[in-house]
Amino acid sequence: MSGATVNLLVGVAMGLNLLALASSRVPSIIRAVAVQGMVLGLIPLLMETHFDWLVATVAVVTMAVKGFLIPALLGRAMRSAHIDREIEPFIGYVPSLLLGAAGTIAAVAGARALPLLPEHTGTLFVPGALASLLTGFVLLIGRAKAISQVCGYLILENGIYLFGLLLINSTPLLVESGILLDLTVGVFVIGIIVDRIQRAFDSLDTRKLTVLRE
Amino acid sequence: MSAYLLILLPFAAAAAAALWPGDRTRPWFMPAGGLAHAVLSLWILFNPPPDQPGAWLACDALARAVLPAVSLLFLACAVYGVWYLRVRAERPNRVFVSLMLVLLGLLSAGHQARHLGLLWIATEAVTLTAVPLLHFNHTARAVEATWKYLLVGGTGIALSLLGSFCLGYASLQGGGGGDLTFAALTAQGAALSHPWVMIAWVLLLVGYGTKMGLAPMHTWKPDVYGEAPGIVGAILAGGVTTVAFTAVLRVRAVVAAAGLGGMADRTLLAIGLFSMLVAALFLLGTRDFKRMLAYSSVEHMGILTIGAGLGGAGAWAALYHVWGNSLTKGALFLSAGNIRRAAGARTMDAVGGMALLTPRSAALFVTGMFAITACPPFAPFFSELRVVRTAFATHHGGAAAMFLVCLLLAFFGLTRLVFAIVDGRPRTAARDGRRLFPETAGIILPPLALLLLALWLGVAPPAVLRDTWTAAVAQLYPVP
Repeated sequence: MSGATVNLLVGVAMGLNLLALASSRVPSIIRAVAVQGMVLGLIPLLMETHFDWLVATVAVVTMAVKGFLIPALLGRAMRSAHIDREIEPFIGYVPSLLLGAAGTIAAVAGARALPLLPEHTGTLFVPGALASLLTGFVLLIGRAKAISQVCGYLILENGIYLFGLLLINSTPLLVESGILLDLTVGVFVIGIIVDRIQRAFDSLDTRKLTVLRE
Repeated sequence: MSAYLLILLPFAAAAAAALWPGDRTRPWFMPAGGLAHAVLSLWILFNPPPDQPGAWLACDALARAVLPAVSLLFLACAVYGVWYLRVRAERPNRVFVSLMLVLLGLLSAGHQARHLGLLWIATEAVTLTAVPLLHFNHTARAVEATWKYLLVGGTGIALSLLGSFCLGYASLQGGGGGDLTFAALTAQGAALSHPWVMIAWVLLLVGYGTKMGLAPMHTWKPDVYGEAPGIVGAILAGGVTTVAFTAVLRVRAVVAAAGLGGMADRTLLAIGLFSMLVAALFLLGTRDFKRMLAYSSVEHMGILTIGAGLGGAGAWAALYHVWGNSLTKGALFLSAGNIRRAAGARTMDAVGGMALLTPRSAALFVTGMFAITACPPFAPFFSELRVVRTAFATHHGGAAAMFLVCLLLAFFGLTRLVFAIVDGRPRTAARDGRRLFPETAGIILPPLALLLLALWLGVAPPAVLRDTWTAAVAQLYPVP
């Protein structure tokens, strides 16, 4: 029963990718990332046929971190820097959206070519992961504001998390929690550096970071 | 037990340093922790623990073959660091000292990790720990370098996580029970699903290659090495890159066990040669001597990768080169730091005549430059010679030729820049530098010791090291 629900949730996450690509306002990108994180956090709960405390803990922590903690950090950085809108992105919104849509289609088509275990053949995990990876890269390369780039990085990580769900029944939880911890600390450190960029350059525009070049 | 001690000792020192009240005395925790770690790692080198195949963390032959070099490098940097932090007394050093020691513990963990997930966790933690160290100076340039490091390094590390998952999935498809230790993955061998292993190899090579600084994923390196304090640059170039290299070696062993060793070795050769070429070309153009060290590091990562791609004998040479590179790079970074502080600038346009202003550091810098460009009798000469000989013996004549051309170009690039800085008349802006930064024993002896070690390893590499390298090669490149 849960297969269809899980696929629906992955589909929602893929739609949120496109939303993040199309939006010009930074708060809506952050919101898209937050909702995506919560949707992805729900999936492990639905995948289990019987209730498992450890999986439930990981799911709740994932939702709390990806859905609330990280977006709150980013929102704070955004307000302190007084930025609301991405101006003059390197890759425009329509081209990004087209890239994202083409990438999503390619991901769905390409995932068919990969050999999957029988229990994973009908799922959208691999296409969802590939589409999120691509979205993350487009945002990382195509946006000039540091916060939008961080959002791109988060979507990239969400894609990897989606792929990791294929392994959730076989890898020890210790590894999962270590990975989650590292990601959290990583984003926290990124948040601090964003703050430093704001103070040092009085802006969060990464186009100003051009002193170091050959 | 000893494996855990190698990690816990630095962590304990870090905790003590974090709690220690005095800013003036706190830096001494670095050499203390470094000394304990060096003694322990050398003790393990001479008294190897019995092999535990299933262990997640163990000081196996590969870890023993590399970790002591990192440990000795850290010790030299730590001694230098005491003096460095005294000069930089205006900046609080609690975070710096603690994180340096945490970094040492995590480096030990990364070298000893025999589990795919654990290896990733350790490498990612190393990346994150380095961030506050990089922008110790809090200048706008340092923030910019840190941001690039985070974005490029973070993306690389994300890709290596994806690659780890792919390798895990390959194991699941081969009927594995989810045991992601390298021993278990290697034991699965040809049962691993080949398409997933190939995807995993590409992603892991790109991911850990970013950490190593292989071209074209090297873009963060010049900025970071240019802006980071000298001791941090030395640890990054000689320690962090080494962890990533051992990671590549461990993953390659799994890919080879799956029957795709030929493909893996070809990619290693290609990416290694490309790194050397890119580094050599940039070395001919750069005018900044700290960025020069970064490109030189890219070049030497290329040499390691080429060695790893040439089979067992090449890997032996690569492990030898890890030692030569770590020790010599350490000496170069530390002496470059002295010159940089005395001159107050870092480009050949603004710095000159340093042989007159800082004669000892300049002598060390020039000697280190000759050592790193493979002049005998320093260790890099002998390891690179072995790489070339292995390349010819395995019928990779073209690769060997390109290898030699790149070495020659790099030699031109390095000598051009180094002699522009050392020779000539001192620039006016740098003239009163000498009064401010006298060349005390604390800043001369650590790089000197590193250079002497590199010399000793070149002239007479001890038997215990050679045996450990052979054991590590036997572990990673089993002869069918």
